[in-house]
Amino acid sequence: MLKIEGLHASIEGKEILRGVNLELNAGEVHAIMGPNGSGKSTLASVLIGRDGYDVSGSVTYQGQDLLALAPEERAAAGVFLAFQHPVEIPGVGNMYFMRTALNSLRRERGQDELDPMDFLALAQERMKLVEMDPSFMNRAVNEGFSGGEKKRNEILQMAILEPKLAILDETDSGLDIDALRVVANGVNALRGEGRSMLVITHHQRLLDYIVPDRVHVMAAGQIVRSGNKDLAVELEEHGYADSGREALAGVTR
Amino acid sequence: MTIVTAAGGVLAGREPQRGNGEPAWLTDARLAALGWVGEHGFPTSRDEDWKYTALDPILAVPFEAATKVSDHRVSATEIDGAAVDLGGPRLVFVNGHFAPALSRLTGLPEGAEVTNLASVLAAGPERLEPFFAHAPGERNAFAAFNDVLTEDGAFVHLAPGVVVSEPIQFVFFSDTAGFELISSPRSVILAEAGSSATIVETYAGVDGEVYCTNAVTEVVLGDGAQVDHYKVQAEPVTAFHLALLDVRQGRDSRFSSRSVMLGASVARHEVRVLFQGEDAHVSLDGVYLPQGQQLHDNAIFIDHAAPNCTSHQLYKGVLDGRGHGVFTGHIMVRRGADGTDANQNNKNLILSDRAEVDTRPRLEIYTDDVKCTHGAAVGQLDEEALLYLRARGIPLEAARGLLIYAFVHQMVDRIELEPLRAQLEALVATRFAEGDHPVEP
Repeated sequence: MLKIEGLHASIEGKEILRGVNLELNAGEVHAIMGPNGSGKSTLASVLIGRDGYDVSGSVTYQGQDLLALAPEERAAAGVFLAFQHPVEIPGVGNMYFMRTALNSLRRERGQDELDPMDFLALAQERMKLVEMDPSFMNRAVNEGFSGGEKKRNEILQMAILEPKLAILDETDSGLDIDALRVVANGVNALRGEGRSMLVITHHQRLLDYIVPDRVHVMAAGQIVRSGNKDLAVELEEHGYADSGREALAGVTR
Repeated sequence: MTIVTAAGGVLAGREPQRGNGEPAWLTDARLAALGWVGEHGFPTSRDEDWKYTALDPILAVPFEAATKVSDHRVSATEIDGAAVDLGGPRLVFVNGHFAPALSRLTGLPEGAEVTNLASVLAAGPERLEPFFAHAPGERNAFAAFNDVLTEDGAFVHLAPGVVVSEPIQFVFFSDTAGFELISSPRSVILAEAGSSATIVETYAGVDGEVYCTNAVTEVVLGDGAQVDHYKVQAEPVTAFHLALLDVRQGRDSRFSSRSVMLGASVARHEVRVLFQGEDAHVSLDGVYLPQGQQLHDNAIFIDHAAPNCTSHQLYKGVLDGRGHGVFTGHIMVRRGADGTDANQNNKNLILSDRAEVDTRPRLEIYTDDVKCTHGAAVGQLDEEALLYLRARGIPLEAARGLLIYAFVHQMVDRIELEPLRAQLEALVATRFAEGDHPVEP
């Protein structure tokens, strides 16, 4: 599904990713953990094609060179990012935005577009997954949403757009325990059917709800350790200190 | 370009003369206006009010004054295409002259007179004297030229308490058959105490023709009157458009105007509001969307000469290509105008390195008990929002179009006349759906 090899990324001359290697198979959920500044969010940004990075190395997604594609082409190919800080877009209705997005993807894939009524039915069904009040569809995209509402709105988009590869960037940040449970339930409902997920988080607590197949530890722009879900628990107990030393050793080597 | 040449070109045998059948006061007003232009000349970049609007392209064309054409080349279909039919009374003007065959004056309640200015001049010209005596023309050369040259325009008179529920539409269409014509429509809206109406002005013309519209619209609101005004400026990019909307408001009156500026090579929309009575309210909104090499100038002057009046302004510009936008918002609060509440906001979205906007708030306050706020902002498309939309699969050009549309949507959404709102929404959406606009060299 996704193979990242020797991925480097720098911005304004500052190297942030220093050779990331990662392989994710269809249907697997991998977690990426690591301290702030380790490059987790940069990895997410590079995978969806955010501008401004000098990138080298390779990212192969379903046999395609992902780095050669524009952000909208990546989306059409099935890549989705649940943003850490979803942007507010005044003047664009949430419903209209999601229907436009879905129809752009459908058009790109040679499928018929959904009319507003069909889309409404789909949206109402998927909103139940994230226990979202229908009134949010009539508001501008993320405008005036609380932190938790924004994150629910991200997962709702994932439920509607049905990506093959979903990257969740710090989806748990800023959530209280109830909101975390709702968001995690939504994510879990979308697991399976060959859908792969990359769950980026600072805290182990999200992984109590979304149980990963693999856990990777990122430090100083590299993946320094990988293991099963128990690794997350170990990190919670001992912190990232050891991982950090390994990474520094890696850099100076 | 000298004044004499420009004036000579425009006038070409149309100098005001006594004994031409017009009332003497009108000829006098025309001569006075012409004298004013002779004395003051056309504005230059040294005039603060015209600093960013170069008039050379207009003054360089030897325009001739448009005369009434009997053989109308314009079809009803053409008019409908330019201005969606709102179903109510509709006055159509071709090159500034009334076209009765294209107009509809039915469905008006008693006490509401909707006709053309030339008819009023022929029947009872003394009714118009106060308007020419007020002479907005004394304030700038183009309005003065309107005084000199105007022969026709729309005329609306609402008797006290009369309510016209259907919108009254003025359509000013230019079809100059290849001649370089200047048309000078003069419209008068007199809403007496407690009356109310909605007025929609549309300016359009035949693509590719070089002409100049030099329009003056005067609105007088009696005590408690309400007028909602809309203006759509959709002239072809080869044309020039200069307009003055001059408003005088009585006690407790309410006036609103929403302007959408799309067309013309050089366009200036000047609005002057004078509060003559207490507790009046004005609300002015505008959208201007210059692209290519268009210049769109909005000049607003609000004269708080009476206490407890409120004024609101919200103007939004989207500048693309080498488009140039100008916004001047001048609020005057005179001594004694206590309890004034005035606010002004101008927001601009710049889409191209070569686009330009000049925004100038100007507050002159001569009393203490006032609330005045103003704000101006110039920005570019939000890169983060653009990425967000693209990451959801919306292609770059469509994503840009969506964000630009969202920026002006608030303004279009305020238009309460449904067929007009839908037409403008479509016009605005089409303008930006095409994405990058090529810039002429």
